[in-house]
Amino acid sequence: MMWFNIAKAQSFMPTQGTEIAKQVDNLYGFLLITSFIACVLVIGGMIYFVWKYRRKTPNDKTAYISHNTFLEFLWSFIPLVIFLAVFVWGWYIYHNMRAMPKNALEINVLGKQWAWEVEYKNGYKTVNEVVVPIGQDVKILLTSSDVIHSFFVPSFRIKQDAVPGRYTALWFRAEKLGDFHIFCTEYCGTSHSGMIGKLKVVSREDFDRYLEQGQEERNLPLAKKGEKLFAVKACASCHSVDSPAVKVGPSLFQKFGHEEEMDNGEKLKFDENYIRESILEPNKHIVKGFPKGVMPTFQGQLNENELSALVEYIKELK
Amino acid sequence: MATKSAHHGDNYINFEKGLWSWLTTVDHKRIGLMYMISVMFFFFVGGVMALLLRLELFAPNATANVGQVLKNGDVYNQVLTYHGAIMVFMVIVPGIPAILGNFFLPLHLGAKDVAFPKINLLSWYCFMAGAALAILTFFFNKIDTGWTFYTPYSIRTGTATVLMVLGAFVMGMSSVLTGLNFIVTVHKLRAPGMTMHRMPLFVWALYSTAILQMLATPVLAITLLLLAAEKLFGVGIFDPALGGDPVLFQHFFWFYSHPAVYIMIIPAMGVVSELITTFSRKVIFGYTAIAYSSLGIAAVSFFVWGHHMFVSGQSETAGILFSFITMLVGVPTAIKMFNWVATLYKGSISFDSPMLFALGFLFLFAIGGVTGIMLATLPIDVHFHDTYFVVAHFHYVMVGGTLMALMGGFYYWFPKMFGKMFNENLARLSFVFIFIGFNVTFFPQFILGAMGMPRRYFDYIPAYETLNKVSTVGSWLILTGFLFGLYAIVQGIRKGPKASMNPWNSKTLEWQTSSPPPHDNFAVEPIVTAGPYEYR
Repeated sequence: MMWFNIAKAQSFMPTQGTEIAKQVDNLYGFLLITSFIACVLVIGGMIYFVWKYRRKTPNDKTAYISHNTFLEFLWSFIPLVIFLAVFVWGWYIYHNMRAMPKNALEINVLGKQWAWEVEYKNGYKTVNEVVVPIGQDVKILLTSSDVIHSFFVPSFRIKQDAVPGRYTALWFRAEKLGDFHIFCTEYCGTSHSGMIGKLKVVSREDFDRYLEQGQEERNLPLAKKGEKLFAVKACASCHSVDSPAVKVGPSLFQKFGHEEEMDNGEKLKFDENYIRESILEPNKHIVKGFPKGVMPTFQGQLNENELSALVEYIKELK
Repeated sequence: MATKSAHHGDNYINFEKGLWSWLTTVDHKRIGLMYMISVMFFFFVGGVMALLLRLELFAPNATANVGQVLKNGDVYNQVLTYHGAIMVFMVIVPGIPAILGNFFLPLHLGAKDVAFPKINLLSWYCFMAGAALAILTFFFNKIDTGWTFYTPYSIRTGTATVLMVLGAFVMGMSSVLTGLNFIVTVHKLRAPGMTMHRMPLFVWALYSTAILQMLATPVLAITLLLLAAEKLFGVGIFDPALGGDPVLFQHFFWFYSHPAVYIMIIPAMGVVSELITTFSRKVIFGYTAIAYSSLGIAAVSFFVWGHHMFVSGQSETAGILFSFITMLVGVPTAIKMFNWVATLYKGSISFDSPMLFALGFLFLFAIGGVTGIMLATLPIDVHFHDTYFVVAHFHYVMVGGTLMALMGGFYYWFPKMFGKMFNENLARLSFVFIFIGFNVTFFPQFILGAMGMPRRYFDYIPAYETLNKVSTVGSWLILTGFLFGLYAIVQGIRKGPKASMNPWNSKTLEWQTSSPPPHDNFAVEPIVTAGPYEYR
């Protein structure tokens, strides 16, 4: 199998983080070499012929060869055999990719414009960061709250769409410690290219400690909880919190207690109730200069405790 | 018609005078030229957008001044959408059949016109009306869905999707009408002695394409109407919030759009067959195999749409079946490649610019073809799906394939269309820049895709910067090439020396009439006694 790996080295594929990645690269290496040979035959043959049979006089005699049944059979049959072999080999690997292992560690991932919301079995939530232990089967259960997204980890050679209204899944067993990129590969609007997450592969002990820490975060003070929630709900992709710079939505930095002009000219005080209303009915009062209909409602997605935490956090942005 | 009583011209261009005579013409040659002007205009618009996209991707956004050409992700997504929609629906799908097909199908068959000349004119108006509707959206409410209009994004984004979709619908009608016209023309208007097996391969290709257009386009039309109904009335077919299925849209969409990929490439294969045999001055190798493999590709293309959806959540079994059938399309395609190369064997090959484009086609299509097999292979597609690898692959097939053939065919038939010769050196220079620029632009994208860079990205991580820079520089080379080409064409039309009846010594019928052809194509109805490529 060494020559496949040589091909792999030239294939610019990212680090192989799983066993499946190695299997995919072997097949890819085989295809690269076969394709290269095929191109050399076709393109090389073409270049050789056009040079050898270039027009020498205006009235060159050419051969009259209309067909050759044996040759034609051969060049239909050989590609067919190669294609079918590749197909079967691909089928085998694909089946390994799709057969979900039993007793895998399950992690729920929700795609939303424009972040990955991650939830572990113990209720711990993070955003854009999936932490998994090394050497264990992990099953990611995917869905989406708005449009179709696609969960892609290049180093693991796995990808699956997150479709609203249904669950899809993928699995992997990480074999390398370290951080790997998670990209969204299904076009999902404005910040599609900013929807980047991190997949951290850590040791078993680190993973257990990570989950415990997550448990402890539940007892944080209200504003800290709000900060966490602000990140988890990806509010930061539209609102800046540490500078007056405007993103898609208005900045929330040092806004609390001040008056804001609305798009209908009305002036409203930026207080607890306005924050609450903006989260639950975002299109009721739009700050001047911003378009209507951009922010989705969070009605039904946050409980009273979480709303208070967010208000407390925004209050403290000084 | 009364207005036509006072015509005296000796060819189709000076047959009648005035803009009105062009806008009301039913002459397939004039309609071909009208398509040519419209398509070239759309190509220019789509091309400028491509350059802007590449300019934006020259550097990541973190880099000051460069990499911020398009302001923000929304503007980028809009430009991307229009680039894709314009190039697909207004340039590559109509390109060869509407320009070269309209002009040369009747000439190839020895006919006076297509079967339904007025429907032919109507199809041009449908095309223009659809294009106008689509472009109109750009001026008041831009769309940002990508040319695929995937649900539920296209339902939720607050933009002019309905109007755009209506535009695509009307352009689809144009496609169906042209297909219908071509099928009837091939069956009914062949000159005496021209059996099906004596038709030039370009005609065979147009015929296969026409069948695809007739059968596949209505599916797109229905899908787009459903999408419009969903958006306007919230009927709940595709939107999960209303109980619909978003993946259903993908099934419908690709059921049209995969055959559409062959609507784009089969005519190109037809043009290349003509070019290779003419400039090798040799009978084509495996005429029957090439003719029937076009039909074979057309037939199988209806059953492969699911290979766009290996990671969409469709069942494992479906993925396996679609992968298998997709592999089968590779066989007739490979047969054609081998036939073209075999035609060169013991030929007398000249390097006129149309032939350079045909050889360029073989080169690029070989790469496009083998990477297509990679994408048909299930686990490899899982990694490559929706990355730049796919972008590189379909640009190699559609631009490297279809556009190369369109340019080659255009230079080949230029003397017949305008009765003048273009500047050969300029045309060759144009080819060299386009060919090199194309590879510089798109080959790095294969590597970017393998490295994992997803497509439709406004910005990217720093690891992808170098290859994106190279790719952008390549796009400037392509631009230079097209500018040389445009200059060659304009100069050729204005000041080119007069072309003879048959400057390339070709055997097919269109060269047996004067250049440019008279209004009725042939002074005397031709009688066919042999196959189309009897070079002995």
